[in-house]
Amino acid sequence: MSQARHSTARSLAAHAVLILYTVIALFPVFVVVINSFKNRRAIFADPLAVPTAESFDLVGYRTVLAQGDFVLYFQNSLIVTVASLFFVLLFGAMAAFALSEYRFRGNMLMGLYLALGIMIPIRLGTVAILQMMVASGLVNTLTALVLVYTAQGLPLAVFILSEFMRGVSDDLKNAGRIDGLSEYTIFFRLVLPLVRPAMATVAVFTMIPIWNDLWFPLILAPSEATKTITLGSQVFIGQFVTNWNAVLAALSLAILPVLVLYLIFSRQLIRGITAGAVK
Amino acid sequence: MTKTIRLALLTSTLLTGAAWAQDVTLTIESWRNDDLAIWQEKIIPAFEAANPGIKINFAPSAPPEYNAVLNSKLDAGSAGDLITCRPFDASLELFKKGKLADLSDLAAMANFSDVAKSAWQTDDGAQTFCVPMASVIHGFIYNKTAFDELGLTPPRTEAEFFALLDKIKEDGTYIPMAMGTADQWEAATMGYQNIGPNYWHGEEGRKALIEGTSSLTDDGWVAPFRQLAKWKDYLGDGFEAQTYPDSQNLFTLGRAAIYPAGSWEIGVFGPQIGGAFEMGAFPPPVPAEGDTCYISDHTDIALGMNAATKHPEEARKFLEWVGSSEFASLYANALPGFFSLNSAPVEMEDPLAREFVGWRETCEPTIRSTYQILSRGTPNLENETWTASANVITGAETPEAAAERLQQGLAAWHAPQQK
Amino acid sequence: MAQRKAFRWHIAVFLAPAVLVYTAIMIVPLFGTLNLSLFNTGEEGRVFVGLRNFATLFGDPRWSASFWNALGNNAWFFLVHMLVQNPVGVALAALLSSPRLRGAAFYRTAIFIPTILSFVIVGFVWKLILSPIWGIAPGMLDAVGLKGLFAPWLGREGTALTTLALISVWQFVGIPMMLIYAALLSIPDEVIEAAEMDGVTGWSQFWKIKLPLILPSIGIISILTFVGNFNAFDLIYVTQGALAGPNFSTDILGTFLYRTFFGFQLQIGDPHMGATIATAMFGIILLGVSFYLFAIQRRLRRYQF
Repeated sequence: MSQARHSTARSLAAHAVLILYTVIALFPVFVVVINSFKNRRAIFADPLAVPTAESFDLVGYRTVLAQGDFVLYFQNSLIVTVASLFFVLLFGAMAAFALSEYRFRGNMLMGLYLALGIMIPIRLGTVAILQMMVASGLVNTLTALVLVYTAQGLPLAVFILSEFMRGVSDDLKNAGRIDGLSEYTIFFRLVLPLVRPAMATVAVFTMIPIWNDLWFPLILAPSEATKTITLGSQVFIGQFVTNWNAVLAALSLAILPVLVLYLIFSRQLIRGITAGAVK
Repeated sequence: MTKTIRLALLTSTLLTGAAWAQDVTLTIESWRNDDLAIWQEKIIPAFEAANPGIKINFAPSAPPEYNAVLNSKLDAGSAGDLITCRPFDASLELFKKGKLADLSDLAAMANFSDVAKSAWQTDDGAQTFCVPMASVIHGFIYNKTAFDELGLTPPRTEAEFFALLDKIKEDGTYIPMAMGTADQWEAATMGYQNIGPNYWHGEEGRKALIEGTSSLTDDGWVAPFRQLAKWKDYLGDGFEAQTYPDSQNLFTLGRAAIYPAGSWEIGVFGPQIGGAFEMGAFPPPVPAEGDTCYISDHTDIALGMNAATKHPEEARKFLEWVGSSEFASLYANALPGFFSLNSAPVEMEDPLAREFVGWRETCEPTIRSTYQILSRGTPNLENETWTASANVITGAETPEAAAERLQQGLAAWHAPQQK
Repeated sequence: MAQRKAFRWHIAVFLAPAVLVYTAIMIVPLFGTLNLSLFNTGEEGRVFVGLRNFATLFGDPRWSASFWNALGNNAWFFLVHMLVQNPVGVALAALLSSPRLRGAAFYRTAIFIPTILSFVIVGFVWKLILSPIWGIAPGMLDAVGLKGLFAPWLGREGTALTTLALISVWQFVGIPMMLIYAALLSIPDEVIEAAEMDGVTGWSQFWKIKLPLILPSIGIISILTFVGNFNAFDLIYVTQGALAGPNFSTDILGTFLYRTFFGFQLQIGDPHMGATIATAMFGIILLGVSFYLFAIQRRLRRYQF
């Protein structure tokens, strides 16, 4: 009885803390979104006020939609992000499995080699990468971006996934081997489903910097047909004038797709965990 | 659906194919995101109408990234045909590396004075590599309506200037001056480079510094810092965290009376104020009654040609047009506050722009002191000046200490200063 | 481990795609760049100078002062993350993973949202909130009678860096939270039940049972924080500009590197000194990561479930 009351008090406290932090996390986002619906004067007169009949203004959204083909930019961002994610997860998981499962000469070194990439900003390789893309005729294609982001995402994916794969039971894998399953089947059928939560985590971490990246789209694929949404929004940040209405509108719009992607992956995460428990 | 698209594609290919088999598209690299609409709606149509067969694509990137992006693209060979040139060393470096073509023999170069071309020439002035487009002038823009209301008139001398600021402060309705130190360049460009020429006597002082006959610790170079240090009391609350757009907004929303400006603001402020009040402008006040006035009339923007372009003929044709008086008048009127460098006089409609350009008659023009030669080494004098100006205003450094530090930095690498 | 003699092709197959893409697009260009640190531009083009650039970076006060300043700021930036971001992340994950918590999915999503925002938004919105002029923060402090506490934090040398570090914590706290949350959820129920049978519940259960089990994940987030912080660049660049004001008090290695490598305003990019700084940064990070891999990761006890 007293235990129950005790746990109610605890769960109330937990809710209080979580609600408080949720407010801290969401408040600035709320500020961005409400201000994207206001006219310039109202943004700066009272940034906290919700749009009223007087201050409500879709000028930001109108400017965004009028300038350039934002539907196409969305599509480009989505293609690049999803394709890069697919390759990062597939190749990353394969490499992580090799590193965590087998003992072979140079295993440690290979692990370190694959981790080097998280230690140097890839931006530094810009000129060489651009030269490579020019030579292979990939400038202004989405392929160039997918290649770069795949390479950029791999080190972190391998690093995190190999840590999680070390936690997968050896008994299970050995049982598979005794049943005559090939190493490939063991990886795809037994191990991958078990590390789904980690895969979802890696997916989320990988997708965010890709979606928000400005540098490589600017350098590798600045053409109208291959612009990403983040690059497209930059048009409104000028040398002397920044069209905050348009920037806020473009950025508010850009939050939505990542949010959806995130929700998909985080559901995977939970489902993966429950599936893992049932095994 | 698909059929329509295919049909559309087919017709468009046929049309363009039939009309202009060899249409050439020239891409312009630029940092002027702000001008996208003007290029697309006014400048490009004017050129294309007169030059069938050449298409122009204006492709700006965000200003802070421009140099890095451009250099990477030039190194890898994917940059556009025409390159918007920053003044002095940034472009000179590109020319020396063979990235920008020599344009000395362009006929349109005859339309520009040596001073106008100096920002895009080799040190000996023998070769010119960009066609000058515009300069910007520094001064102060003020809220005329507020001035009338408080019964104030624009100041001519430093003493009058501070008396004026005191009056506005006393009245309390307006923040006397809209400026912040968060972005640092605001303090250096709209502060130091704006008021400085009156103290170091424009070109005379600037050249003496390059030749090593004067030093940054001389009175003419420290005096503007002493003035800046006094500005602190007239800026808005929390100016340390006030950014450049904040300053612009403070002024255009009618909360501040005076705005230390660059002429480019003319075109920006007009529409933002939307007729809520009237603007006026005055040149930087002179130290004492009767002194010669100097203004910063800074060569700021030009257009050059990528040496690796596949269409040098067409690119040169476009550059000839950029050097023409037709372009000068088009550009200066589309962007009031960017003043043409063309020798042919340009008729401007904007009264405030005319006010600024009128100072060329009464004052001695000069360019920003740090741009030519003096920012070639490490530490970089321009960057140091940003930090120093901001520090002096916030009080983190005294004017004398800041000047001393700048001089030491300059003397560390600039040979004429090492005697 | 049975077939020791035959070449195990499947290992090569598992590794090949990642290694190929990664080597071609990342390692080759990056090492090409780092290699530049051994050269300089002389009279007749590029000349090999050995370690002289490093001597300049560490020996010439004009360079070394900036470098040490950036490194010191970076260390502080990292410390704030370790002291605030990771404990908060672990605490949130622990709360979220408590059994039968209603609305866990909602909290998890909400708290993660800042992490998916681009730096442009984060920079803009925090500047707006902390602005002394448009004043959301001053207004809110005023409402609770604490207006006196407000200062233009981002504009003062003493507070700017810490403020930015806290903004960054706000943005990225979702990452440790997610990783720890995943680790906590994968602790089997049997373990928890066994603990409860022994009367270990609540906080003592967290400290005695769960924490040791999630230590490897805490190790990962620490090293990721370290690497992330020493490569950080965007937030400072977006809010304070490449000169990392006021008076370089927010200059970290990333901004120092960017300015030097790509140039800024009138400062012309110097790929050689830039590469030298990058190599030094790489060295620092490599040291940290190796320390983790060889000294810590090996000692962590792992539990297989």
